[in-house]
Amino acid sequence: MNERSEMLEGIRRAIGSRGSDRESDYASIRRGYHQALPIDLPECVHLFVDRLHDYDATVHFCPVEGIAATVAAVLSGRRKHSLLVPPQLPPDWMPSNFEFIRDTGLSYGHIDRSEGVLTGCAIAIAATGTIVLRHSAGEGRRALTLIPDYHLCVVFEHQIVGTVPEGIRLMSEFGRAPITTISGPSATADIEMTRIKGVHGPRTLDVILVA
Amino acid sequence: MQISLFITCYNDTLFPETGKAVVRVLERLGHEIEFRPAQTCCGQMHYNTGYPHEAASMMRRFLEVFRDAGAICIPSSSCVATIRDHYPKMAAATGDGAMIGEVDALLSRIFEFSELLIDKLGVTDVGAFFPHAVTLHPSCHSLRSLHVGAKPRQLLESVRELRLLDLHDADECCGFGGTFAVKNADVSAAMLSDKMRCILESGAEVCTALDNSCLMHIQGGLARQRSGVRCMHLAEILASTEAGDSR
Amino acid sequence: MSIRVGDAAEAPSFPRAARALLGNTQLRQNVRRATEVIRNRRARVVGELSDWEQLRQAGHEIKQHTLQYLDFYLEQFEEACTRAGGQVHWARDADEANAIILSILGARQAREVIKVKTMTSDEIGLNHALEAAGITPYETDLADLIVQLGDDRPSHIVVPALHRNRMEVRDIFLRKMHLRELGDKPEDLTNAARAYLREKFLRVGVAISGANFAVAETGSVCVVESEGNGRMCVSLPEVLITLVGIEKVIPRFEDLEVFLQTLPRSATGERMNPYNSIWTGIVPGDGPQEFHVVLLDNGRTKVLADTESRETLDCIRCGACLNACPVYRQTGGHAYGSMYSGPIGAILTPQLQSLEHSESLPYASSLCGACYEVCPVKINIPEILLHLRAKVTAAGDAPFEERVGMEAAAFVFEDPDMLALAQKLSRIAQKPFERDGVIRHLPGMLSGWTAFRDLTPIPKQSFREWWNERESQRGDQ
Repeated sequence: MNERSEMLEGIRRAIGSRGSDRESDYASIRRGYHQALPIDLPECVHLFVDRLHDYDATVHFCPVEGIAATVAAVLSGRRKHSLLVPPQLPPDWMPSNFEFIRDTGLSYGHIDRSEGVLTGCAIAIAATGTIVLRHSAGEGRRALTLIPDYHLCVVFEHQIVGTVPEGIRLMSEFGRAPITTISGPSATADIEMTRIKGVHGPRTLDVILVA
Repeated sequence: MQISLFITCYNDTLFPETGKAVVRVLERLGHEIEFRPAQTCCGQMHYNTGYPHEAASMMRRFLEVFRDAGAICIPSSSCVATIRDHYPKMAAATGDGAMIGEVDALLSRIFEFSELLIDKLGVTDVGAFFPHAVTLHPSCHSLRSLHVGAKPRQLLESVRELRLLDLHDADECCGFGGTFAVKNADVSAAMLSDKMRCILESGAEVCTALDNSCLMHIQGGLARQRSGVRCMHLAEILASTEAGDSR
Repeated sequence: MSIRVGDAAEAPSFPRAARALLGNTQLRQNVRRATEVIRNRRARVVGELSDWEQLRQAGHEIKQHTLQYLDFYLEQFEEACTRAGGQVHWARDADEANAIILSILGARQAREVIKVKTMTSDEIGLNHALEAAGITPYETDLADLIVQLGDDRPSHIVVPALHRNRMEVRDIFLRKMHLRELGDKPEDLTNAARAYLREKFLRVGVAISGANFAVAETGSVCVVESEGNGRMCVSLPEVLITLVGIEKVIPRFEDLEVFLQTLPRSATGERMNPYNSIWTGIVPGDGPQEFHVVLLDNGRTKVLADTESRETLDCIRCGACLNACPVYRQTGGHAYGSMYSGPIGAILTPQLQSLEHSESLPYASSLCGACYEVCPVKINIPEILLHLRAKVTAAGDAPFEERVGMEAAAFVFEDPDMLALAQKLSRIAQKPFERDGVIRHLPGMLSGWTAFRDLTPIPKQSFREWWNERESQRGDQ
């Protein structure tokens, strides 16, 4: 490939001589920023909830055995009857009296006509109120949490880390899985800097926080 | 203490009153001032407009003139910024080891006027009296290069009968920018009009700063509007006493 | 080579473009309001991080390190991305990049593409090339859509339509979306865009994106966004083409921990933007099954070669320097003649393309330093502006009047006696212009000064004359 070798050759010429070797030069980068927060888990959870409220996401709390009941309560409150779910969502998260449709390759049109989606997540970051999806079988492929207008996400307290560096550390172990980080509902401020909730992604994000 | 004055070409030619005020304040505090007549310009205008070679020869002159001087007082933060931020680079570009060393030795002896008073001489009250409403324009170089912080405010707050008024959007550039004011005259004027609006809204009679360059620009706009607000270098305010105005 | 930055080579000089824009009241109001909102938000969220300076420093060092070993990291990225199922292409300039993209689209017989905010595609004039080939590009970022439908130009790096107010957007949407009626509330307009684009997201099979970061170690690409249009583009179509400037590569995944803190805070004043998409090659059963990366040089190697201004390539396109710049806030982005506007545009555009096409840009700054203060990767923009100014004068491109004036001044400053003489002569020379103790008009280049300001004449006695007089009086005593 001619362009390729020419570009690389040009880059090497532009850089000129290099002082040290790459590994030691990389190691010398000063990383004086905080890796973790000096707070315990309850404070971390509190911070996470605070950030979610900042984004206008609604947070519901429940114990492990109360997930299905809480899902039922949230859906009733939202007047929803039928949600999409990823192929391997734990069955005990799904209350009876509601319809849950497993995504086994639904068309985009089908997903678009749904009332919303219920998933879990991989991890969450307190400092920024971020939910991280690695799109595993319990979180669903990317289209599933993107096309619907409503996303109900279950987060376990033990999944919450304090800072972005802690979160990135964990994400770096996800291998080749695609990653989506969600910090509040989709938003824009493109018109007169007025923040509008919901453009293309889900306009409503509800979180169930499991102790 | 013996203090050597680098008046700057600008103050020398256009604002001699500022130089006289600096001398008056420092002598009042019991210091001895020397003025080395061989001095001319720090090279700022040339360096900032894209003429580094011309600027370098002015740097050479500066180093020569002030080689054996002690503390050097410079009543202009943009000139101090030129020396601190650019002389090391200009010297390095010559590859002359002796010159690099000389610049290095110079930097610790350079003081902007408010730095000299507070950091070197340890005074904030210089015994000034100025019964007027004053607002402070913290010039960009004093703010972002010298990081003088609260120093000019501290000095002004110690002046008897002076009413210090807040300036809205104080840390905004006034639009002077040296040759910018000529090369981009329209944008410069637009920035000036914002600054003037804030100054007029502050209710001050006098706008002060550590830089006569900004003040000449601001004064020019205020005078064109017949606003009645005048500009004065901080040194001129500090030179005023009950015995009489600095002028 | 056909290195170009949009059509910046044909743009009028900055002072000329600025003069016209300064008369646009609506634009100035919009720009002022928008930049003020983002600045305040940024200040708030940056202020709550006690390690902000360390994050800036780390970001700067990561970028500087990457540039120092850019050839290695590009090859590493290529290898990792290819291993994960992606295809990597190399483009030396705008034409080559466009040709690569057109041939990918040609192979799929694509007639339409959806696009997510990529300034790099504006840089290479991709939309023009697509349209010329009969392919319709749909911009999906709300602001980009406003710009595209309004047949307009972006005026900000992050908020490209910030010069438009809601009434203007409403008119554009009514006309171009063929709507009967439409409210003028931002909600109404956003809903109209949602409806207009949704059908395209679900139907169009090819997307073109840019990239905020390309991770060499893993071959991953990261797109940072707010609206969800980025997620739509990178995860729904069968084919995804990602156009990446070569400076967008970062060594390791963990380096994201710095930039994903500094970018959102600097760009939109959020602790974290609503969505980040990070993907690695192809994932069976999820998202595009054909993935192309086009690595673009287009003048970047030239910037890399100049060690004095290399750090220009550190830029992560956050736009904080625009919002902080008192010049940008007066004129908006169009004065810079390039999609890269504001302080970063003033140093990037002239370096990417030939300096002679944009020699007024390095002077489009009062050197106030606000840009450097807010830059999340610590690009010393004022220093680079000065470096570029020196290049303009060295090339002999400075105006004649300026050059003569500077040379004369330099001559005078060589000798204090000459300075004293010049001071005397100036006092005589100003006489014809002085009236009642004020100068209200000066000729030539200096007329720019007196057009807006009075000038106090040079006083009768210089400081050095006063000093000499005082010294001699003292001597007499």
